[in-house]
Amino acid sequence: MLIDAATVREVDAPAPTLREPRVLDLESRAWLDGLQAAGAERDEAVARLRQLLLRAARFELGRRRGQLAQLRDPDVDDLAEQCADDACVAVLARLDDFRGASRFTTWAYKFALLETASEVRRLAWRGREVPLEPEAWEPLAGGSSPADDAEQRELLAVIRDAVATELTPHQRDVLVALAVNGVPIDVLAERLQTNRNALYKTLHDARRKLRAQLAERGLTP
Amino acid sequence: MTDDLLARLLGPAEPELDCDQCFELLDRYVDLELGGAPADAEVPGMRAHLAGCPACAEEHASLAALLS
Repeated sequence: MLIDAATVREVDAPAPTLREPRVLDLESRAWLDGLQAAGAERDEAVARLRQLLLRAARFELGRRRGQLAQLRDPDVDDLAEQCADDACVAVLARLDDFRGASRFTTWAYKFALLETASEVRRLAWRGREVPLEPEAWEPLAGGSSPADDAEQRELLAVIRDAVATELTPHQRDVLVALAVNGVPIDVLAERLQTNRNALYKTLHDARRKLRAQLAERGLTP
Repeated sequence: MTDDLLARLLGPAEPELDCDQCFELLDRYVDLELGGAPADAEVPGMRAHLAGCPACAEEHASLAALLS
């Protein structure tokens, strides 16, 4: 079950004893003041923000360098600059959304990490076919013992039947691509011209149907 | 290997956030985690979503690593 937006708003609200607006820590306040100022003060704050985001982009690219073997180091540097630029635009566009639920730097970093991680996944899959058929799951059906093996084969058999008979064609394509063939969700979103959240909701609905089929048969994963 | 496949096919059994909600709350969740606060109690549904969504799990791991 996905948690609905109303619940999230409640979750995100301050605790009952702290219903006043969140008090920003001094560093976060300074960031906001600078970015909401005018003229040279704002320019200086934006430049510092971009450096912060560039640090995060380089950090993320360093973690994922192995997925970008086709890129030369200067190209990776250019990619970091591009991701920092895109993240900077996103942060500035959403500045009013920052409510002090975290430190400002933590909030800003997540934009750079999202931009960079998504770009790495897209580049790693550039030119590759996105498989929508469940070719990969047959060889995976092997448990650690004969009992496990029989139990897991039964589960997989029910799941494969449910995939074929209970899911819509779109749910089937999304489930197989994401869960069986390991296609990254933002890569699939781009290929299907949709967005990550819509795909995750489709995946969630498909998973719920599979769980219901297992429950009907008294099976538990 | 089959356990992994089953986990990916079936996803988390618990109520979970979606990807947009996860992004909205990720910074708060990580600051709570790194501060030793009860992040899972403060942001219910996050842990389940991270178990069910590899992309969001990667971004969570990166943010936590960057700040550690």
